[in-house]
Amino acid sequence: MSQRLPTGGRLIDRSRQITFQFNEEYLKGHPGDTLASALLANDKMLVGRSFKYHRPRGVVASGAEEPNALVALGKSNRMEPNQRATTTELYDRLYARSQNHWPSLHFDIGWINNLLSRFLPAGFYYKTFMHPRPFWKHVFEPFIRQSAGLGPAPDKPDPDTYEHTYAHVDVLVVGGGVAGLTAALAAGRAGASVMLVEQSAQFGGRAVVDGDEIDGQAAGIWVKNALQELDNMPSVRVLDRTMGAGVYDHGYALAYERLTDHAPDLEAPRHRLWRVRAKRVVMASGAYERPLSFGGNDIPGVMLASAVRDYVVNYGVSPGPSTLIVTNNDSAYRTALTLLDASLDVAAVIDARETASSPLIEQVKSRGVRVDFGKAIAKAKGVNRVHSAAICAQTGDGTVLEDIPCDAIAMSGGWSPVVHLWSHCGGKLNWDEAGAFFRPDPDRPPLDQNGEGFVVPAGAAGGDLGLGVALAGAHGAGKAAASDAGAAGDAGATPEAETPAEAPLKPVWVMPENAKIKLRQKMWLDYQNDVKVSDVQLAAQEGFQSVEHTKRYTTLGMATDQGKLSNINGLAILSSALSEPIPQVGTTTFRPPFTPISMGSIAGEARGDIFQPLRRTPIHDWHAENGAHWEPVGHWRRPYCFQRPGESVEHAVAREVTNTRLKVGLLDASTLGKILVKGSDAGKFLDMMYTNMMSSLKVGRCRYGLMCSENGFLIDDGVVARLSEDTFLCHTTTGGADRIHGHMEEWLQTEWWDWKVFTVNLTEQFAQIAVVGPKARAVLEKLGGMDLSAEALPFMTWADGKIGVFDARVFRISFSGELSYEVAVPAGQGRAFWDALLEVGAGFGIMPYGTEALHIMRAEKGFIMIGDETDGTVIPQDLGLHWAISKKKDDYLGKRAQVRSHMANPDRWQLVGLETTDGTVLEDGAYAVETGVNGNGQTKVQGRVTSTYHSPTLGRGIAMGLVRHGPDRMGEVLSFTRIGGGRQEAKIVSPVFYDSEGEKQNV
Amino acid sequence: MLLLRCPYCGVEADETELAPGGQAHLTRFGPGSEDTDFEGYLFMRKNPRGVHFERWRHAAGCGKWFHAARCTVTLEVFGTYSAQTTEPPDALVAKIKEKRPDWTPT
Repeated sequence: MSQRLPTGGRLIDRSRQITFQFNEEYLKGHPGDTLASALLANDKMLVGRSFKYHRPRGVVASGAEEPNALVALGKSNRMEPNQRATTTELYDRLYARSQNHWPSLHFDIGWINNLLSRFLPAGFYYKTFMHPRPFWKHVFEPFIRQSAGLGPAPDKPDPDTYEHTYAHVDVLVVGGGVAGLTAALAAGRAGASVMLVEQSAQFGGRAVVDGDEIDGQAAGIWVKNALQELDNMPSVRVLDRTMGAGVYDHGYALAYERLTDHAPDLEAPRHRLWRVRAKRVVMASGAYERPLSFGGNDIPGVMLASAVRDYVVNYGVSPGPSTLIVTNNDSAYRTALTLLDASLDVAAVIDARETASSPLIEQVKSRGVRVDFGKAIAKAKGVNRVHSAAICAQTGDGTVLEDIPCDAIAMSGGWSPVVHLWSHCGGKLNWDEAGAFFRPDPDRPPLDQNGEGFVVPAGAAGGDLGLGVALAGAHGAGKAAASDAGAAGDAGATPEAETPAEAPLKPVWVMPENAKIKLRQKMWLDYQNDVKVSDVQLAAQEGFQSVEHTKRYTTLGMATDQGKLSNINGLAILSSALSEPIPQVGTTTFRPPFTPISMGSIAGEARGDIFQPLRRTPIHDWHAENGAHWEPVGHWRRPYCFQRPGESVEHAVAREVTNTRLKVGLLDASTLGKILVKGSDAGKFLDMMYTNMMSSLKVGRCRYGLMCSENGFLIDDGVVARLSEDTFLCHTTTGGADRIHGHMEEWLQTEWWDWKVFTVNLTEQFAQIAVVGPKARAVLEKLGGMDLSAEALPFMTWADGKIGVFDARVFRISFSGELSYEVAVPAGQGRAFWDALLEVGAGFGIMPYGTEALHIMRAEKGFIMIGDETDGTVIPQDLGLHWAISKKKDDYLGKRAQVRSHMANPDRWQLVGLETTDGTVLEDGAYAVETGVNGNGQTKVQGRVTSTYHSPTLGRGIAMGLVRHGPDRMGEVLSFTRIGGGRQEAKIVSPVFYDSEGEKQNV
Repeated sequence: MLLLRCPYCGVEADETELAPGGQAHLTRFGPGSEDTDFEGYLFMRKNPRGVHFERWRHAAGCGKWFHAARCTVTLEVFGTYSAQTTEPPDALVAKIKEKRPDWTPT
């Protein structure tokens, strides 16, 4: 059984106890514990079930590489699945549940998969659930989804807050072990600005746990002094609980700081995402110990040898009174010493090497521990926890020599440098034969914008596993990084430490070497995804030779593991199955983030009201107070209609249309784009921008214009007013203002840069209010001021003047077909002007109207709307707008494209009006069907609906659409699709349904 | 995330401040041009492995368009320069040749 030892545990505070819950059971731990150490202290060896076979699983590791001990933390809207117990700091009232089991952790139905595991090999789903095809969607997938998945997702909004912050530094050091501290000290002393991030709450890494000495001091003391020195440097920032999540192009890096996960009651954002630009990144991310692949290596109680040391030294917790050690290298012997020092029993050291000798091995032997060379574990035995191990010869096929009873197995397959950050941005790796691992190739680093390497490995992450060489390398790395960043001060002395002599490691990928299939089916490579040695071998046998294909076929190293524990062992198995050397097989791609980061931290502050900034017109508040039913238009909110108490949206829209047609309506048109184009070449420029001639427009006049892309397609429309000889005001659509301004600037800056033209986007400088309807003139005249008569200000003209007390620019333009004045006043006077109009208009029956009434009235008049009648594939000629395309101009944007054969094809669908035969409303986007089917067996179509409304004016459904040869087919009745089946009939008519002579707007 | 120095305002700008504009130094073909010339201008773009000239706009900054010479493999930036030119400056071409001896301007 695992238990808390009577003494020891450098990180825990034994004087205090805290209570937490695991699967509803109340347990006790100490401040300083992780959830994993506290669970082990309570003899909770079984902490979860595996993903595919639902096998019992226990804690394997002590850090971020933990594949098994994933729990759902917290309750309700704070519940978070897949949290590693090994990196979760214990706090009072912590609430955790294990995952992947039903109905309970100890009695799990899904374990039947384990009994069937022989029938669930790699690619099982791909092979089995192919036929019949509809079964996948309706039978197989729903069932598999039910039984798969790593924990449930919370279903309520996250109540916590998150933030982003930025840092610009010379040197970012990732990893707060002794190598990272050394590099940070060297860079900081040299004068560089430094940011050091450490993912855990402790600095010093393995050196402190393993009792090393640096500069003649205990590593713990050295670390304390180093932190003190860094703290005294004003240009150095040291962050704990902050993980270097990813390294990206040109020195960009993300660091993920967890501020309150260990203390939920703190008043602070929960997570903070640091967006860092560093001139150099020092990667001091250490190394991970590798598991060994023997049968039953996933049974609870089988742990990494280094993790066993961590639990004993850091938390005073042991996985069992008696531990069996299995290894292929020297480092596991440190675990034997640690256990002996804690008065625990070491059952034996099983060493796969034929023979080995080093001071460390001799020291273990001299303390009376049985050490067997050339031996292996054939099989770990036990169900919910290990009780013994069957021992065999490493070179054999697994013939059992003896059973050794034990409560835990500490394994070490050697170490792999953590090279993720090196690889995120393209750094390449070399295979190191001696250590049997990939290490960063210093000649092929990730490159910055100057073509220079910007990531510098330090310590174990660079492949320097011995302490002395690691510190020397790290010092050099810090100094070089600072110097590259322009800080060439004195980096101080290199910390001195011993690198003890070690016997060479023997690569062991399968234990024993010639294990039969029955054993290989129980050798886990990837605990989290339940990938075994036999699965990778099967994938190779079935032709998955690329490591990337094998990964996807078997799921090796996928999900949160990202190859931390499984990578090298899996590659080695694949390479031997393919009979190719490991470096040839290569690695899969390491992708950020290094370990998962919260979705909240990615979103940062950008949620709710500030997800996207809202643009408000000067009259926005009035709309909000008067029943506005909002419609998002670009970043604006515009009133769709103004609902009165007890009124439906449909009724409100109909009322607004009718009132405007019969009396007078008021529209907030402030969102329309207003771009000023000025300069001696302004007319020439606008002739290129618009399809029609703008240079001939007279001062004081307005003209409707169309804009096309160079592809010929219609992109925007609006009224242009010539303000003076060299000045034009171009109105754009609401959503198009910024885009069209950018479009103009692009052509001016990159093609016609010698033309004398300036543009400026004045959209927000003015409030623009349309006063529309038969009484419009009367309302404005009541306010007094400038002459607004038909003689003084005829249709399609504009004038500056005063209306009442307001400085106004009045445009006689109409998008409704009614008598209409669009009045622009300075934005700051917009609300007052609106209020004044409502006051004087009351006697005339004035009512504001929204965008839907605007749409209906323009459709009744057959006016097109960008985004309804156009979709990026429509040219003006399709819309019957030939009158707005100049024949006199040599050139305009889109002119050449519009004579391409496809554009000039008479079979293109063209704009018509549509009138349902029974007065109902066509569906938006409905297709006009033809007889017959196309090559795909689909009904042929000959047109589609682009705008469709119920017209309150006409009391019936009206629509516009694009129909093949439409204008030549007036009076023909077409059949239109309906969602859910059935057809609707409509007659082709003129798109102008109302006042086709234009008499009402021109009075 | 790329860093490019805007040659107008001098800011070393994050990619998020910039808007990409595709291949640089296109020659516009307008009305009267041959179909193949127009097709080349409108649709055909280089996609080189190595040195590439691009258009960028400092969209969330000074708003100016500019040109950048960049290696599409290593993301090394050889330089940025004015949008108001039909070819890269000689000094920049010389610098690229020095760094990429195998490269020939096309």
